[in-house]
Amino acid sequence: MLREENEMVIDASGLTYKELNGLIRDRALSGAEKIFLRNVYGQRYIGTRLYSLTQTQNSSKPGTRIEIEVWGTPGNDLGAFLDGHRVVVHGNAQDGVGNTMNDGEIVVEGRAGDITGMSMRGGEVFIRDGVGYRGAVHMKEYLNKRPLLVIGGTAQDFLGEYMAGGVVVLLGLNATHSANFIGTGMHGGVIYIKGKVGKHQLGKEVGTFSLNEKDKKILEDCVGKFTEHFDVGIDQKDILHGDFIKILPVSKRPYGRVYTY
Amino acid sequence: MEGEEEKKWMKSYLLPEFIIERNEDRCIKCKVCERQCAFETHRYDEELDRMFSNEESCVGCQRCAVFCPTNALTVKPNQSAYRPNYSWTGERISDLTKQAETGAVLLTGSGNDRPYPIYWEHLLLNASQVTNPSIDPLREPMELRTFLGRKPDMLEAELMDDGEVRISTEMPPNVMVKTPILFSALSYGAISYQAFKSLAMAASEYGTLFNTGEGGLPKDLRKEYGKNAIVQCASGRFGVDLEYLNCSAAVEIKIGQGAKPGIGGHLPGEKVSCLIAETRMIPAGTDALSPAPQHDIYSIEDLSALIYALKEATNYEKPVSVKIAAVHNSAAIASGMVRAGADIIALDGLRGGTGAAPKMIRDNVGIPIELAISSVDERLREEGIRNRCSILAAGGMRCSADVVKAIALGADAVYIGTAALIAMGCTLCQKCYTGKCNWGICTQDPYLAKRINPDIASRRLTNLLRAWSMEIKEMLGGMGINAIESLRGNRDHLRGVGLQEWELEVLGVKGAGE
Repeated sequence: MLREENEMVIDASGLTYKELNGLIRDRALSGAEKIFLRNVYGQRYIGTRLYSLTQTQNSSKPGTRIEIEVWGTPGNDLGAFLDGHRVVVHGNAQDGVGNTMNDGEIVVEGRAGDITGMSMRGGEVFIRDGVGYRGAVHMKEYLNKRPLLVIGGTAQDFLGEYMAGGVVVLLGLNATHSANFIGTGMHGGVIYIKGKVGKHQLGKEVGTFSLNEKDKKILEDCVGKFTEHFDVGIDQKDILHGDFIKILPVSKRPYGRVYTY
Repeated sequence: MEGEEEKKWMKSYLLPEFIIERNEDRCIKCKVCERQCAFETHRYDEELDRMFSNEESCVGCQRCAVFCPTNALTVKPNQSAYRPNYSWTGERISDLTKQAETGAVLLTGSGNDRPYPIYWEHLLLNASQVTNPSIDPLREPMELRTFLGRKPDMLEAELMDDGEVRISTEMPPNVMVKTPILFSALSYGAISYQAFKSLAMAASEYGTLFNTGEGGLPKDLRKEYGKNAIVQCASGRFGVDLEYLNCSAAVEIKIGQGAKPGIGGHLPGEKVSCLIAETRMIPAGTDALSPAPQHDIYSIEDLSALIYALKEATNYEKPVSVKIAAVHNSAAIASGMVRAGADIIALDGLRGGTGAAPKMIRDNVGIPIELAISSVDERLREEGIRNRCSILAAGGMRCSADVVKAIALGADAVYIGTAALIAMGCTLCQKCYTGKCNWGICTQDPYLAKRINPDIASRRLTNLLRAWSMEIKEMLGGMGINAIESLRGNRDHLRGVGLQEWELEVLGVKGAGE
């Protein structure tokens, strides 16, 4: 399987997350740029302990971006605080995928649990199937740092709660949307949803809008990447065909007139 | 404020809170008072060549009185406002009036000012007489250095072939402070850049730590002051990235705050300037909402998950602190926090300050820090896990004796917030939430913020640290103790006066004379 000198395999069987992440860090510091993890069994924080790689004093090649491929099921907080690296999971992921992620890419060939993309502030997360509750909660953006979360299936309640920025795309493939409280407290960013969503499913701080040319361009781009990552039996054009809605906050200040002088 | 809208069409029945007396013989019409007041209380009338004051807008911050070159101004509380009434005090009447005029939540700043018992005033320190002689700190070494972080359960040492002894136990990361006084979390956004930088400079100069609060750490301060920073990771996760976490001395998860237990924060959009936007990584001009809970923490197990996420993110090189407001079950919660992996427990009591909090929350929620320190310390000792964390106590330390008493009750060190602000000029007018701080502290208005000169303000702060540290040494010496750690949890050096049985029991101290 290893084709290049800088590729490395780690067997995660029987390792604690501390041991496994220590090994990943050691391998990366000694030059590995692509790391294959076999037999991952619930180990948390994969990809989190790679900060020093981007620092000059610890690395011969500062700014190195590591690619990690995971076989098995990673534990919570996969890619938490991830900063520029890439993680691919050949299977499902648990809660907290991309928690407070700053940059990089996470691709999950399956489903992910609760708080997927929580407080993300940059980078891209692609989930082939659905996600659990409170996806993209408090995602935010700043200038060109605009996080992206693309979900192939659907999401549970409180998607985009407190969202302050970023882009969430819910493609609804083989799924119906039953989530409630979508966008509760949302005051920035945008959620695109394909498929039927009733007004009662939305938080009171958001409204639905139809797509403009700019939105279509964004969606084309996101769906393009999605179909590149996953073979879901439908191509980009067919996914894009159909009715999308855009969910935006109706006020940047949802909590005005709360306080006296 | 939103209430301004209502003000436009409804006559306000509020009386001025302060009376301004201007000695016309002294007034030289220099207009300093007019320029100093962001609330536009003073005004010069050209036609009459006279200064006038609009008392309705005066907040009593004393900026004008301090800066008046001829001492022509006296600002004093408007005592005779309403007929005296024990139940319906002037404050209750004016609060109610405000709400009738706006239909909104009362907002306030600074710490709880209600007359709840201040236990510091009911605790007395010991001193050596005849036996165990006292120590003179001016002539003998006195150790105030404090190490914050988890200590191992036991130490194992190996005797090496060359006769050296090597400790083989893995040592958890600890941070050393030269005095057991740290600066509380005061976020950039709540306070001005200048005030924030002053705290950073003073902490660095004196060898202690400041706390970034949840507003991030501006990039230009990371290199120089990061090693003296406790960086916060709060529910808003503003400005939290790996560089921020790794440039720090320690990381703190903020669960709660003494001034407003159980509720979140809200930095209004008009305060989110370009630099604050960059530091918090949100667009300029949008509200920065810190929700009440952290969305990934619903249990002790979840807290543990975040603690270890932060340890992973910092390669296990930084102690992780968890800050909670002191509430009814703090002791049990603290036990869970330590077991979840917290290396430092920060307890913030009833009188902890804030830039903005709903008044009802600030004034009515939480418990006094003195009781929380002793109950948490006691519980952790009983469970045999006290060594696994340091305790940082916050909320109402007004002088060095309060610090000594806090440590004798069981704290490792204290956080000071309000005291540090006063050192920089704050006069506790409680209008922090208006963003118009005339002292340049709690404002983002560049005209006001530049009133704080970090070189001078940091000097005022280091002076405070120096003065309190000397006094602490003096008190330690008097007790015959020459290291601060010998005082920690040493309640034999405390006696209570004017306390009831249950209070003595919770504090774990004997009554005076016993």
